Amino acid sequence: MKWNNRTRVFVLTVMLAVLILILYMIGLLIPEEAVGTDFQHAGQPPSWAYPFGTDNLGRDLLLRTLKGLSVSMTVGIAASCISAVIAILVGIAAAAGSKTVDGAINWIIDLMMGIPHTVLIILISFSLGRGLKGLLAGIAATHWTSLARLIRGEVLQLRSQHYIVVSRRLGKSGGWIMMHHLVPHLVPQFMVGLILMFPHAILHEASISFLGYGLPPEQPAIGIILAESMRYLSAGMWWMAVLPGLMLVVIVLLIDRLGENVRTVIDPYSAQE
Amino acid sequence: MQLEARQLSFRYHTKWEWVLKDLDFSVAQGECVGLFAPSGSGKSTLALLLAGYLKPVKGAILLDGKPLPSGGICPVQLIYQHPEQAVNPRWRLRKVLEESGQIREELLDVLGIERAWLDRFPRELSGGELQRFCVARALMSGADFLICDEISTMLDVITQAQIWNVVCAEAQKRNMGIVVITHNRNLAQRLCSRICDLKND
Repeated sequence: MKWNNRTRVFVLTVMLAVLILILYMIGLLIPEEAVGTDFQHAGQPPSWAYPFGTDNLGRDLLLRTLKGLSVSMTVGIAASCISAVIAILVGIAAAAGSKTVDGAINWIIDLMMGIPHTVLIILISFSLGRGLKGLLAGIAATHWTSLARLIRGEVLQLRSQHYIVVSRRLGKSGGWIMMHHLVPHLVPQFMVGLILMFPHAILHEASISFLGYGLPPEQPAIGIILAESMRYLSAGMWWMAVLPGLMLVVIVLLIDRLGENVRTVIDPYSAQE
Repeated sequence: MQLEARQLSFRYHTKWEWVLKDLDFSVAQGECVGLFAPSGSGKSTLALLLAGYLKPVKGAILLDGKPLPSGGICPVQLIYQHPEQAVNPRWRLRKVLEESGQIREELLDVLGIERAWLDRFPRELSGGELQRFCVARALMSGADFLICDEISTMLDVITQAQIWNVVCAEAQKRNMGIVVITHNRNLAQRLCSRICDLKND
């Protein structure tokens, strides 16, 4: 393998993925007891013993933040996977179906995009009884639109390509064309769309939980931590808001970066650079 | 075997005017027919119709008196004037060739296709180089008729001569029928046993 720009981006992408995976695993592996209350150490600012400080109940904020992040990531990943599957089904249905189907789907997409996501997620989450289920349904139901539109456009454009028609004239079946011509074009779009959906989903999860319409308050989700911190901000406990918030931003940027890198690696126009 | 357009009429939309109207045209196996007409007179549309890419609005395209087969490898193959649109940009060129069957090494040699090109992506080759792949792909499919729609317009004269030599030699060997669509009257006169002017039909 030549050491060129492509290899560099590839290695960077793998490192990013591993880093995100490690953060996620750490959060999963932290036991409940480690984030238990400890009133002796309540409200301590960041120190070597507690890098992120402790909250008003004496819980270690670093561990709590990591645990919260992994909860947020689980919700984000699950919701965007569901959303992406909806997107690909709807997108292909719109492109391959009749004009009426296409028109109807486009109308629904426009409608969904016209309503602010947050409002729609709150509505759905609230009507399904909040909690994990409501939040998942809300995020999954709102994030598929732009990817569906992208996939619809891609399929429509591909179907009119000359090389697809040539393939049919060379005696290839519809299934063969689907597997060899369409899928290689759609999978990268799908993967990149999916990865770039994570940060959106995670941020929405955090903001809805912050507003109190999402995860229950005993769950150590980032949104919950931030919501709790608001009450103690005026008492000078800045670390309760700043550090977990910063971690959220970092993880979102990391995943966004990962998506961009994956796009660069699988794009044919930069494939051999 | 004979490829025939009978009372062929075509328009792209029911409200638009006819591109082709009541056209009769035929090419026999072993024959090389030139199609000559000014731009916009429906040459490329006729090419697409003959190769089965479009369905005629009225009339029929007949191969030996029967309509073109809808499945399987079509015995009428079209070589297109824009090679970069006729190959999948995500495929290496080896796969492009293999789409029409076993790669014939001697054909690559006479067309001047370098073996290193087989592992490249289409955007890494020039239009002329890509067109050689399209010609090779059409010839390898074992078609009986070849529709060449301005296939050498973008090439320099030496490459043009090289490609046409290959096409004609292959056509003679396999007794193929060829339709040459071109703006170049000299080229048409040199290659074809018969020249058909669409405008006067």
